[in-house]
Amino acid sequence: MSFRKHNEGGWGQTLVSGLVAVIYFAPVFWMILTAFKTRQDALAIPPKLIFTPTLENFRSVFVEVTSSGEVVSTGAWLYFANSAFIAGASVLLALIIGTLAAYAFSRYPLKGNDTYLFIILTTRMLPPIVVIIPIFLLFRITGLSGTYIGIILLYTSFNLPFSIWMMKSFFDDLDREVEDSARMDGSSDWAVFGRIVLPQVLAGLAATLVFALILTWNEFIFALLLTGPETRTVPVAIASTIGGSIGVDWGKLSAMITLFLIPVFIVTFALQNQLLRGVTFGTIRK
Amino acid sequence: MHLPAAFTARTSGRGILRWLNAPERRGPLLVAPAILTLLLVNILPLLWSFGLSFFNYRANRMATPRFDGLENYVDLLGDDRVWERFVTTGLIVTGSVGLQLVVGFGLAMLFARKFPLRRVLLMLVLTPMMLSFVSVGIFFKLFYDPTLGLLSWFVAMFTGEPFAIMATPAGAIWAIVIADAWMWSPFVMLLVLAGLVSVPDYLYEAAQVDRASHWRRFKTITFPYVKGLILLALLFRTIETFKTFELVYLITAGGPGTATETIAVYAYRLGFQNFRTSEASAMAYLILFIVIVLTSLYLYLVKQRNSEEV
Repeated sequence: MSFRKHNEGGWGQTLVSGLVAVIYFAPVFWMILTAFKTRQDALAIPPKLIFTPTLENFRSVFVEVTSSGEVVSTGAWLYFANSAFIAGASVLLALIIGTLAAYAFSRYPLKGNDTYLFIILTTRMLPPIVVIIPIFLLFRITGLSGTYIGIILLYTSFNLPFSIWMMKSFFDDLDREVEDSARMDGSSDWAVFGRIVLPQVLAGLAATLVFALILTWNEFIFALLLTGPETRTVPVAIASTIGGSIGVDWGKLSAMITLFLIPVFIVTFALQNQLLRGVTFGTIRK
Repeated sequence: MHLPAAFTARTSGRGILRWLNAPERRGPLLVAPAILTLLLVNILPLLWSFGLSFFNYRANRMATPRFDGLENYVDLLGDDRVWERFVTTGLIVTGSVGLQLVVGFGLAMLFARKFPLRRVLLMLVLTPMMLSFVSVGIFFKLFYDPTLGLLSWFVAMFTGEPFAIMATPAGAIWAIVIADAWMWSPFVMLLVLAGLVSVPDYLYEAAQVDRASHWRRFKTITFPYVKGLILLALLFRTIETFKTFELVYLITAGGPGTATETIAVYAYRLGFQNFRTSEASAMAYLILFIVIVLTSLYLYLVKQRNSEEV
């Protein structure tokens, strides 16, 4: 983003914006603080801002002590591994298929190009509830419910519209004269794509990749209804721990959410300049 | 002796490749894997549930479904409960999107200037929209909790009584609206910021020469540049909020009673708790219809904006 000189604020502006930003961020900050509190501190009224931090909650996410004094795994590592594996596999697949399609939509328009693109975006704008009823039945019949293949297939198609629209927006941004002159010099279409076009959209490819990873990492409804005990992802595991507010171990829950948030923080920071394009599926670039 | 057979096999193999590689087939070839995946995983199931919406199928019964024609649609549209859910959804959409526009615009004005540490502070404000609905739902469940929550503690400082925002229907709607608006105001901010940055410098310089007032400068220079993006933000957020499911499911579970049950939550209940699969499919198609109308409007405006820029 570029800025005008007439519009520059000093440290005074930092103070005002900083205050607002800190208040805005408070709910997240509160949850992170809670993750480091002992059970008593977490439940204290009035709430404690200053306390002795403990890592006990983070430990209890992964291991617990049984009544006989044995230390056993809670199985939470499996949910984290599932989340990473399922998101990784489906996003990679969607990105490969989606990039090829996006290139075609950008350079070799089909008859009814816009109609295809509209239908593709619509499948993504649909409320999940519309898709999930038939998918649920389909998975039940084919036995895909609760399997890795099932949820990866579903998330691949969930990420496809996003990948296609994002990558098309990056391809559309390129200067085509370079490609045309390479073609004049006798390069094949495949060579143009591999040696000239692809290297220019690497940054866009990376942005699309991590953005899709986060969307998939965060996804809840499909995972709720279509994963089983073996393939459960973190959001489902987190949601299943809150039945009523009584008996919820807020410290442990906060620790789990804090761990779950780390990748999201890193990505949001790294992608700051691509956020606008990402959250609008590439429809708004600047 | 075997040579000719091998030879023809090779040429025909090459022939297929050459046929596929023809320039006029390039587009379809590259698009095919994507279209096939979407057909298999999205379009076919959608057509299936469209078909189901005309029967009286229940996923937990073995009985052969009976063809009911439009009965599910007629029943749903004549059902007061469905209209109540539409009203609830409308209230949440209006409240939340309205709040997002106000807060988002305010935040954008705060961050439009360049100042020290801007990038770091912007990061704090942008984070909420990158979070999972599950995280946000749980933050706010804790925040609203009458015994442990900060909100209750804060109110109790003035009233001396614990405060349960989710105990009354109006309070519960507010609880959802605030959580959703908190999560998505940064989205509006991001779009408005993009508009603010696109205002050409010379316009402000000219305004300075003319000694135009702040309000006039805003009305004649800034606003025309951001209004298109505000409209897009409004539509995009309306589509998304219209589908609200996760936050309601996690924070209020539709309660108290059915006060915060949105149409998406209602469709979920119909389908997965009451197993009225066909009715739920019909309900889903009603939602789908509205989303398609709004999405076409959004894309139409996006296209208009892009062609203006070129």
